[in-house]
Amino acid sequence: MSLWPELELVLPDVSKPARYIGGEGGMATPEHHPSKVAWLLAYPDTYEIGLPNQGLQILYEILNERDDSVAERAYAPWVDMEAEMRAAGLPLFSVDTHRRAAVFDVLAFNLSAELVYTNLLNCIDLTGVPVRAENRADDDLLIGAGGHCTYNPEPLADFVDFFVLGDGEEVVSEINAVVRDWKRSGKKSRQSVLRALAAVEGVYVPSLYDVAYDGPALVSITPRFADVPAVVEKRTVADLAEWPYPKQQLVPLTEVVHDRLNVEVFRGCTRGCRFCQAGMITRPVRERPAEQVRTMVADGLARSGYDEVALTSLSTADFSGITEVVSATMDCGAGEVSVSLPSLRVDAFTVGLAAQIQRARRTGLTFAPEAGSWRMRQVINKLIDERDLYGAVESAFSQGWRRMKLYFLTGLPTETDVDTLAIGELARNCVELGRAHTKNPSVTVSLGGFVPKPFTPFQWFGQNTVSELQRKVFLLRDDIKRNRGVQMKWHDPKASLVEGIASRGDRRIGRVIEEVWRQGGTFQEWSEHFDYDRWTQAMAKHGLSVDWYVHRHRTEDEVLPWDHLSAGLHKDFLWQDWRDALNEVGLEDCRWTPCYDCGACTGYSIEHIVASATPPAGGSQGTGQVPTGYQPPAAVAVQLSGVGARNSA
Amino acid sequence: MNPNQAPRTRVRLRYRKMGRIRFTSHRDVARIWERSLRRTGLPVAQTEGFSPRAKLHFGLALATGYESDAEYLDVDFKSGEMTVDEVLKALVGVLPDGIEATGGAILAPGATSLQQAVTICDWDIELLDVASGDLAQWVDQVLGAATLMVTRERKGQKITDDLAPQVRALEVGEPTSRGVRLLATLGTQPRAARPSELLAAQEPVHRPVLIRRTRQWIEQDGARLEPLEVGAAPAQHTLVGVQ
Repeated sequence: MSLWPELELVLPDVSKPARYIGGEGGMATPEHHPSKVAWLLAYPDTYEIGLPNQGLQILYEILNERDDSVAERAYAPWVDMEAEMRAAGLPLFSVDTHRRAAVFDVLAFNLSAELVYTNLLNCIDLTGVPVRAENRADDDLLIGAGGHCTYNPEPLADFVDFFVLGDGEEVVSEINAVVRDWKRSGKKSRQSVLRALAAVEGVYVPSLYDVAYDGPALVSITPRFADVPAVVEKRTVADLAEWPYPKQQLVPLTEVVHDRLNVEVFRGCTRGCRFCQAGMITRPVRERPAEQVRTMVADGLARSGYDEVALTSLSTADFSGITEVVSATMDCGAGEVSVSLPSLRVDAFTVGLAAQIQRARRTGLTFAPEAGSWRMRQVINKLIDERDLYGAVESAFSQGWRRMKLYFLTGLPTETDVDTLAIGELARNCVELGRAHTKNPSVTVSLGGFVPKPFTPFQWFGQNTVSELQRKVFLLRDDIKRNRGVQMKWHDPKASLVEGIASRGDRRIGRVIEEVWRQGGTFQEWSEHFDYDRWTQAMAKHGLSVDWYVHRHRTEDEVLPWDHLSAGLHKDFLWQDWRDALNEVGLEDCRWTPCYDCGACTGYSIEHIVASATPPAGGSQGTGQVPTGYQPPAAVAVQLSGVGARNSA
Repeated sequence: MNPNQAPRTRVRLRYRKMGRIRFTSHRDVARIWERSLRRTGLPVAQTEGFSPRAKLHFGLALATGYESDAEYLDVDFKSGEMTVDEVLKALVGVLPDGIEATGGAILAPGATSLQQAVTICDWDIELLDVASGDLAQWVDQVLGAATLMVTRERKGQKITDDLAPQVRALEVGEPTSRGVRLLATLGTQPRAARPSELLAAQEPVHRPVLIRRTRQWIEQDGARLEPLEVGAAPAQHTLVGVQ
């Protein structure tokens, strides 16, 4: 059953062979049985990137706890391993028990980024089943996918049998029941299991829908049968407290990214940043009870031996009572455990929080102002005042940090060179603040090209061209290169373009993905393997216009490729928010203010679960107004004379 | 209290690395030990400074993919009262499958580091697709060669060494289900000779399927001593072997 005897002969010849051995702390040793559904949960990138994925680990535990299912894991083999596998006739395998993929019933992918789509095709191909769904036999592996990218699954519609929208904790068991019945009845008809899956709320089976075009325009995507839903709604877990997973976070034997204990403190975000797909599709806010967070941290540290814990969410400083939770976490580690808060809003980052997290060891600090000017931040609804940023930076420097990273986007709607250059000024001012505390303060500006995403107010926006993004990157680089203490990194604008093709592409983009894959274009998110020309040539070969898919502004009445799917958000809410963006009108966070009916709560009869009725202390909290009694640090007050003037303009 | 004057115990541990975990790197194993020792709750000493780390001292690196019966590391504890038994007991159940602590000794202050002290290693090399007779002939050729020139790359530079003085013993072992075993004793000073280099030094080049370090030795006054026997604190004699 195990391929290990064959694998151990090829592993000495590949790079980082520990990627393929499994054996992690917390690994399940599942007992397969004809009456149990066998899931192979796959992450279509390297082991180092895929192993920490929390979504995959949560489903892995839930499925292995059930008595009618088992789950193992697979990751995309690196190019050298793939070559060895193909030469030796070895298929995709699980890392847990090294079973071949074909002995499983379901191969389910987590999709977190568009550039891995060609890897998904490659993984399917390595299992031995046909890459195109229409060519699969009745009893072939069922290919599924979940994760944020499945909110526009159309580019992968020809290759994946079913997609799942939203939180997986509950729906995975419902899917399991359908597949179990199909397996127990001998897997006679693939059509029957696909129809049954389409009846599960949150599941989208693309082969059951007809797509109509008029020239380049998409006209409609409609179900072919009466019992198939016209609109597929996402799934939402109402209360995170009922799902304290992962309970046994995997502890890898080799180094991976985010190699630490990760505890999710809340899901969803209503800050309303208009560029942020995650914040739109995961609403409402559902906090985990602070007591449960403390238990998960204490148990997880004792079990794993990690000396670092990350409290994860889309904006961890917003967690009710964050300072107390961080303090309790530090205490349970006896001073040897460090806490990292991966997503920090500057308007909620206080001296108290800074003081807590540096007690054991200072982890890296990244703030995301996203845009350089207040006008631009109103457009994107990231309503943090310059004083918020400087206050946070001052807090960090005063607590001993010497370097930090600031994350920005370029290519945003209505952006002018004044906005781009304002990034440089912010960075320079941050370095100046640091000089009061350290001799060589360092601020790294990380600049990403903005890619509009489905189910955001910016889904109608025409993405900047490669040359425009490149021009803005160089404009800023030239502006700050003479400044000691300011460094700059940026993403390749060409990669942003390819991401844009897949992000808002329709079903026809599948041919392009297949073409790039067939030419060997895997690991496109890795710069050493990314091949821009392959993508543009494949678009041209299939008669598809990059300009039409990526750079064109879409209109209100246009049918979007994801209109038959729903993240709960009303399309007219998103359109109004898009108009508000262009008018530079901000929108407050609804978890602490009255509802403006975006649809995410009301549509599913759920609501925010937030322990505190008021925002955490400090900063302007998205209002852009400095609260009464707020005392900016002295050094900030000096710096602000110029900045404040522009703010009020 | 000045931490430099705090009571300390340095414990030398011997461990195995077997099975699929052999594909982890030396660095991976160091991290595995750090996490496992934290799980024991034992008072491991920490480095001072910006980013404190457990005070662990590893010996000769084992190449990724090799198994071993005899790996060693020295652990500093911030307590003068540690016993080997206590450490070995605490490690049961916290190390991952394939890594097992098999013995230990309390070290006397100032004991030579593992890296410097070990002078030779025994190797058990399983070769595929070769008959015992052919291998015996190969062994004779290696032992009879005046020089065994091997070339390796280091930082982009080609370096040629003579391996012959490092081959201290070589013989054909028992056949296995897949091939034949070759038993070798190779020197480690000034640079540890690798079994893969030995196999490449003489035609025909044989393909190893499994390489295992079976012993490490410290040569002292003509005698061969196990690293647990050297530098042990004389008063305690706390050598514990599970082998």
